[in-house]
Amino acid sequence: MAVIQHTPHEDLPPPVSQTGVIGWLRQNLFSSWLNSLLTLLAAYIVWKTLMPLIDWAFIKADWIGTSREDCSSGGACWVFVSVRFKQFMYGLYPEAEQWRINLMAILFVLLMIPMFIKNFPWKKWLGMFILFGFPIIGYYLLSGGAFGLEHIETSLWGGLTLTLVLAAVGIVAALPLGILLALGRRSKMPIVRALSVAFIELWRGVPLITVLFMASVMLPLFLPEGAQFDKLLRALIGIVLFQSAYMAEVVRGGLQAIPKGQYEAAEALGLSYWKSMGLIILPQALKLVIPGIVNTFIALFKDTTLVLIIGLFDLLAMIQSATQDTKWLGFSIEGYVFAAVTFWIFCFGMSRYSQALERKLHTGH
Amino acid sequence: MNHKAVISATALAAAMTFSTASHAGATLDAVKEKGHVQCGVTTGLAGFSQSNDKGVWTGIDVDMCRAVAAAVFGDAGKVKFTPLTAKERFTALQSGEIDMLSRNTTWTLTRDSNLGLNFAGVNYYDGQGFLVSKDLGVKSATELDGAAICIQAGTTTELNLADYFRSKGMKYTPITFDRSEETIKAFEAGRCDVLTSDQSQLYALRIQLAKPESAIVLPEVVSKEPLGPVVRNGDEDWFKIVRWSLSAMLNAEELGISSANIDDLKESSTNPNVRRLIGLEGIKGQGLGLPDDWAYSIVKQVGNYSEVFERNVGKGSALGISRGLNALWADGGIQYAPPIR
Repeated sequence: MAVIQHTPHEDLPPPVSQTGVIGWLRQNLFSSWLNSLLTLLAAYIVWKTLMPLIDWAFIKADWIGTSREDCSSGGACWVFVSVRFKQFMYGLYPEAEQWRINLMAILFVLLMIPMFIKNFPWKKWLGMFILFGFPIIGYYLLSGGAFGLEHIETSLWGGLTLTLVLAAVGIVAALPLGILLALGRRSKMPIVRALSVAFIELWRGVPLITVLFMASVMLPLFLPEGAQFDKLLRALIGIVLFQSAYMAEVVRGGLQAIPKGQYEAAEALGLSYWKSMGLIILPQALKLVIPGIVNTFIALFKDTTLVLIIGLFDLLAMIQSATQDTKWLGFSIEGYVFAAVTFWIFCFGMSRYSQALERKLHTGH
Repeated sequence: MNHKAVISATALAAAMTFSTASHAGATLDAVKEKGHVQCGVTTGLAGFSQSNDKGVWTGIDVDMCRAVAAAVFGDAGKVKFTPLTAKERFTALQSGEIDMLSRNTTWTLTRDSNLGLNFAGVNYYDGQGFLVSKDLGVKSATELDGAAICIQAGTTTELNLADYFRSKGMKYTPITFDRSEETIKAFEAGRCDVLTSDQSQLYALRIQLAKPESAIVLPEVVSKEPLGPVVRNGDEDWFKIVRWSLSAMLNAEELGISSANIDDLKESSTNPNVRRLIGLEGIKGQGLGLPDDWAYSIVKQVGNYSEVFERNVGKGSALGISRGLNALWADGGIQYAPPIR
C-alpha cells in the first residue's frame, strides 16, 4: 500500500484588504461608515488647523537676517530668535566668558555618557562625582572668582543657563532632603516625626510664588544692612525647601508600598536602622516611585519660570525682556513658541529617561 | 491674629527705619567706594529700560542712571543695573540693594510719604490715554460712550478709567487681559474698540499692530503719571545729586548745549549760564560734593534732555513719541528745571 504523503498546500497570503497600509487603514480608520465619516472629519480639522501653522512656522517664515526689516514674508520671524539666541542661552553673561558655560555643558555631557554604557565599571563613583563633585566645579566655572577666572555676578546669569542651574540645584538638593524628611515622617521618634510633618505641611501649604516673593521682597527687610545676600541664592534656597517637601511625600508613598515583611526581614538580619533603610527598603521604595519623582522634577523644571516675577532672567523672562526691545516690538509669539519648544524638549527628554530607567530597574516578580 | 499682624508690622517698620537710618549721608561715599552706581530698572519696557542683543541697557530711565554715574565718576559707564519687577522695586531701594531707582515709577503722595522714599524729579510726564482704530472715526475721548475697552488687569489704569467714565456720565464695557501682548492682539482682532494704557505704552503697543498707522492715540489724558528717579529717605546729599543730574540735562537743552557742541562752547562761550553749567565759573560741583565738571560729564557722555528723549522714545526711536508735556516750558511743555547758578 502506497503511503500517501499528505503535503498541505502552502498558506495563502492574507487578502490584500487585510494587510499592509490598506489593511491597517480599513481596520482602524474605515471599519464602518460612521468611523469613515469621523476619520474624514478629523482629517479635515487637522488639515484646516495644521496647514496654517506649518505655513506660518515654516513656509512663510523668515530665517535669515539681522533686523525686523528682514521679516517681510508675513509668517513667523525667526530672525528675532536667531538674533537673540545667545541671550536666550546665556542671559547677560559677558560674551568673552561664555566659553565657561559651554565648557560646563560639554563636561556634563562627557560625564553622563558612561552612565548610559551598560557595563561601565565605576558607575557608582562616577555618579557620586556627578552629584557632589561636579556642582563644585560648575559653581567655580560659572561664578569664577578663583583659579584666575573673572568673577561673574549672579545678576548677569540668565537664559537657559539660569533655568538649568535652578532646576539642577533644585533637583540635586531636594531629593536627599526629601528622602530624609520622608524617613523622618515615618520615624518612631515623636520629635523628629513632628518636625518633619510640620516642615512638610508648612511648605506644601504655601504656593511657590509666595515663597519666591518672601525670599526676594520680605527677607531683605529683616536682614541687617549690608548682610543682604544674593537674590539667586535666596530664590534657590526657597525652591529647594519647597521642592523637598513635595519630594518627601513622593518618597513616603514608596516607603508605604513596601510590605511589612521587608522591614521585619531587615530587622531579623540584625541590620541597624540606616543599614536596613539604605540596603533594603530605600532601593525598593525609590524604584517604585520613579514616575512620581520624575513627575516632580518636570514640574520643578517648569516652575523655575516663576522666578521671572522676582526679576531673575530665566529663559522665559529673557524672552519677555527681548520682546520689549523697541527694535523688535511685536514678535512675542515667536519668542513664546521658542520657549515652548525648548521646554518641551527638556521635559520630554526627562520623561523618556525615566521610562528607560524604570525598564532597566524592573526586576519584577 | 490681630496681635500677630501688629507684631509683624512693627518688625517691618523697625527693619525699614533701621535700614534707612544706617544710610544717612553715606550713599555717595558707599557709591564711590564700590566704584559704580547700582541702579534699579525695569526687566524690560520699551523706550524706558531695555537691553539689546549685546546685553547693553538703553532707555530714558537707563540714561538717568548713566547721568548720575557721569556726575559722580565723570564716567557714564560706571553703573550697574538691577532689573526689578514692579513689586520688588521699593524693597530693593529700602534694603540698600540699589542706590537709586529709575524704573518708570509714578510719583504719588502715598509713595512719597509712606514708603520712606524721595522722588528726585520727573524725567517723563506720562498719563493714561486711549488708542482707537482710525476706522472708528473718533476724534476725542468724549465720544467713547458705550465703547468696549481693553485694559490690563490689576493696574491703576482700571481705576482711572472707571473714574473718568463716571465723571463724564458715560458707559463702557471693560475687557481685561493679563499681559500687554494679549491686550494688543485683542484690540487688533477687534474684540474692543479702544485700548487704554499709559500713553508711552500706547505707542509701544501700536508698533505691534500689523498696520500701525491704522490706529491713533487720542489727545485726552485721563490721569497724571509723573515718572521719575527715586532715592531713599534720609540722605539729602545723594538726593540732591540725583535731582541736579536731571536738572543739568534740562538746563543744557534750554541753553542749547548738546553732547556735540559742548566742547566748542567750553572753549568759546561767553554766556555766563553756559559757563556755569560747564563748570568754568560759579559754584561748580562744590555744594554737591562732586567734581567741578560734573554737569559737563553728563552732557558730554549722556546728552541733554532732548537728546536722551529723542534717542530713546522720540523721533530717533521706533516709538516716535512727540515731546508733548515733556517739551521745555519755553516750548509749551512743562519740563522746567531750577537754574544752575
